[in-house]
Amino acid sequence: MQSPRLVIIGNGMAGARTVEEILARDGDFAVTMFGDEPYGNYNRIMLSNVLAGVEDESGIFLNDLSWYADNGITLHTGTRITRIDRAAKVVYAEDGSATPYDKLIIATGSRAFVPPIPGIHRPGRGYHQGVFAFRTLDDTRAMIRYAREHERAVVIGGGLLGLEAARGLQNHLSHVTLVHAMGHLMNTQLDAEAGATLQRSVEKLGIEVVVGAQTTEILGKHSVTGVKLADGRTIGCDVVVVAAGIRANADVAQASGLPVERGIVVDDQMRVQGEADIYAVGECAQHRGETYGLVAPLWDQAKVLADHITGRDPHAAYHGSRVATKLKVAGVDVASMGLKEPESDDDETLTYAEPRKGVYKSVIIRDGRLVGATLVGDVRKVAFLMQAFDRGLALPEERAELMFDLGGPPAEVSPAEMPGDAQVCNCNGVSKGAICSTVQSGCKTVSGVMDKTRAGKGCGTCKPLVQRIVEWAAGGEVEEDPAASWYVPGVPMPKPELMRAIREHGLKSVSAVFATLVPGGKEDAKSKMGLASLLKMMWGGEYEDERDARFINDRVHANIQRDGTFSVVPQMKGGVTTPAQLKRIAEVAEKHAVPMVKLTGGQRIDLLGVPKEKLPQIWADLDMPSGWAYGKSFRTVKTCVGSEFCRFGVGDSTALGIALEERYQGIEGPGKMKLAVTGCPRNCAEAYVKDLGVVAIDGGKWEIYVGGAAGAHVRKGDLLATVDSADEVITLTGRFLQYYRENANWLERTYAWVPRVGIERLRKVVVDDADGIAADLDAAMAASVAAYRDPWRERAEPATPGQFRTSLPLVLLPQVPVR
Amino acid sequence: MSTRLGSVHDIPLGEGRTYAVAGEMVAVFRLRDGSVRAVSAVCPHKGGPLADGQIDAEVVICPLHLTAFDLTTGCARGDLPPVKVYPVTVDADDMLVIPSEVLL
Ligand SMILES: Cc1cc2nc3c(=O)[nH]c(=O)nc-3n(C[C@H](O)[C@H](O)[C@H](O)COP(=O)(O)OP(=O)(O)OC[C@H]3O[C@@H](n4cnc5c(N)ncnc54)[C@H](O)[C@@H]3O)c2cc1C
Ligand code: SF4
Ligand code: SF4
Ligand code: FES
Repeated sequence: MQSPRLVIIGNGMAGARTVEEILARDGDFAVTMFGDEPYGNYNRIMLSNVLAGVEDESGIFLNDLSWYADNGITLHTGTRITRIDRAAKVVYAEDGSATPYDKLIIATGSRAFVPPIPGIHRPGRGYHQGVFAFRTLDDTRAMIRYAREHERAVVIGGGLLGLEAARGLQNHLSHVTLVHAMGHLMNTQLDAEAGATLQRSVEKLGIEVVVGAQTTEILGKHSVTGVKLADGRTIGCDVVVVAAGIRANADVAQASGLPVERGIVVDDQMRVQGEADIYAVGECAQHRGETYGLVAPLWDQAKVLADHITGRDPHAAYHGSRVATKLKVAGVDVASMGLKEPESDDDETLTYAEPRKGVYKSVIIRDGRLVGATLVGDVRKVAFLMQAFDRGLALPEERAELMFDLGGPPAEVSPAEMPGDAQVCNCNGVSKGAICSTVQSGCKTVSGVMDKTRAGKGCGTCKPLVQRIVEWAAGGEVEEDPAASWYVPGVPMPKPELMRAIREHGLKSVSAVFATLVPGGKEDAKSKMGLASLLKMMWGGEYEDERDARFINDRVHANIQRDGTFSVVPQMKGGVTTPAQLKRIAEVAEKHAVPMVKLTGGQRIDLLGVPKEKLPQIWADLDMPSGWAYGKSFRTVKTCVGSEFCRFGVGDSTALGIALEERYQGIEGPGKMKLAVTGCPRNCAEAYVKDLGVVAIDGGKWEIYVGGAAGAHVRKGDLLATVDSADEVITLTGRFLQYYRENANWLERTYAWVPRVGIERLRKVVVDDADGIAADLDAAMAASVAAYRDPWRERAEPATPGQFRTSLPLVLLPQVPVR
Repeated sequence: MSTRLGSVHDIPLGEGRTYAVAGEMVAVFRLRDGSVRAVSAVCPHKGGPLADGQIDAEVVICPLHLTAFDLTTGCARGDLPPVKVYPVTVDADDMLVIPSEVLL
């Protein structure tokens, strides 16, 4: 049987994309395409770049002629269709040919709208010689050729296209004036102030802008000499570019009796109203009263149409698109979505303007949801805003966070706008390009890409970005990574379920968890450390310690360094030491020729470059407890000198810091826990940026901040509570840390966890005991505290054979500098 | 001919230890099922000590930057060169044995 004949009129962005989507669904059609442009399929968006000279023509083709041939598509370029005979199911072309179809798709796009300004046309010659539209590659070529030999251009129209044209023309001639009939630039997307901000930025680029200027005539008989405005002014020029809007290309449809309003009227399957076998897609289509002038909606339409026409999903339906645009207009970043101005008194509007910098931002909120946003000059928050707009996400209580980054995980950059060589993973030097090519080679899960490229496997800060790039590169075809919600990659359960199962089965060792909870009992190296930490937290003294479940740091109680040696950090509670201790440390360092002695960021002394086999000896010589500088555990409490010595101190920060460290030393958690206590709000111990920070305030009170960070992320902690005594600080600290231990994901630091859970909720649980679990949390923490044992005691009796045997041929390693 | 590295009991279950054999550094691992595997001791990425890595029945994970290497084939799960794999066995006296010819 012969495949049904599918004919497509229009070989532009929507037409070709629809065919690609059909091919991707193994659609069985004999495809014929007509395009009146003499080319294969190109990216029209890039014409702006071609005009601006930053892109070569050859770089903008999406599908070249061989693509059509390879896919068995008959392409007729330079062939305009003039009529559709719906009854006979035939399309007629200008060249007289007739092509029968079983299914027909109209994708004729738009054309430039050219207002009937006197002088714009020459009788019998089309446009005046110096007048151009900006729509096709031919338009662009002609414009470049002509502009090069002339000096002054006027662009009519201050929308997106006019701005792009003006900027591009600057490359080819010395003077460009932009004439816009409305009161401000990009008036369909921007409010007046945003438009004015954009105007100033554009003027800084050397483009003259005249707003509120109606063009009434193009002057010049043989060649253009200027334009005349309604107020009588004339602007001299020898090139005119008209970018006054677009109109759907629906003549053929109309002439053939199809329903046309502002575009060809289609239903939710993109079928032309009242027709069984004719579809329309792209800018020429009008769906639920809307026509679209940007590509994103076309992609959605193409997918629905392909699903429907191939029978893959006959009920696929297009519901319209929420248009959010993010563009670089004439070199200025502009983004807009939804409303540009509030519509009712209840709409909450926030605006921020920094005119000198060319920055303007406004967001409109209705019932707690984002309904509109405009950004000019600074679009760093755009990815977040677009998500909030598209998905109707709940908005941050701190509304300013909609416009600015107030710490926390960094602003989301959109993958599309990153250059290919941009380094995404700074630890492992993985570029966006490397991630994309891994995806293209067929690896479509986030974890798969991370494994292959090592991206996101260093400090982990870039993981969310890696994920977004994978999603983007896979074009929405990311394979669901079920493991994403699991606590550890090798046990298929999220944390609460996992904890329940562990309790139910009484699983007290990591190998028991694998044997009982993983299908086939398969162990997984990458899961061991997280499980060990969780089990220890849950069972305390009852936990069955298996050494192979520990990361090397936790097996030898020291931090592995880049050359395979380790570092030793003796405990120094609250950062306080004694001359005797200092002397001892100095002697030990000297005796063992420790290559470097360094103060750490947490106010401790670090002995770096110690070979594994020397650890027990050094610990013995030091004869001090472990300073916990290696595990996913409670690390240090930094303190300032506080009321003991400082003339500003209002609380004894040192004493409280020591008390906290004494109580919670070495407690394991899903991530490191770094604390600080500071004696007054001058914050010398940097308590505002700690997992938990305590600040003494006047009147004998203490403020407790949680979720702060000053590492790979910088975030000021949220105020959890203000209390009256040091004892209350100690209790709430324990309760907060326990709640974190029980609820955070593996390796999720408090700076991510606190905002995820929300400070109000934490306050309710930890301070107000709204869930009635405070006593349990306190008891669980007390049990962990009681189970504490100084790991450096293992020096006398190794826990396993060869625990401290070297694993290294040290000579082969990168040598760390010795000072 | 073959080389005896030492008793298998010198390696705790689920861990690895490094041995110097005929001028080469070899990391030997004792899996939780009791079987043994041996690969070269130095990570081809930046020289990480593989014997310090964590293992399961299939891979060892370098402790420095967490690249996984297949213990049977030596292949990296990632775009690094593979590590060398040595045929290692346990003899009747519970001694680890590597045939000498593979070390040449
Ligand atoms: C300079 C410029 C910059 C742009 N920048 C952006 C941007 O940054 N972001 C964005 O989202 N969008 C941008 N756009 C808009 C985007 O290019 C369009 O939304 C998109 O091209 C529309 O796709 P389409 O297939 O519907 O129409 P088109 O791409 O115009 O394709 C229609 C094709 O059909 C042909 N055709 C028409 N009638 C017939 C006929 N009777 N017979 C045969 N062939 C026919 C046309 O010649 C054309 O080739 C820009 C447009 C331009 C011109
Ligand atoms: S100490 Fe921290 S900042 Fe410095 S290299 Fe290591 S991870 Fe990076
Ligand atoms: S934080 Fe206040 S009390 Fe502490 S050292 Fe600084 S100024 Fe003094
Ligand atoms: S040294 Fe082994 S992964 Fe980097």
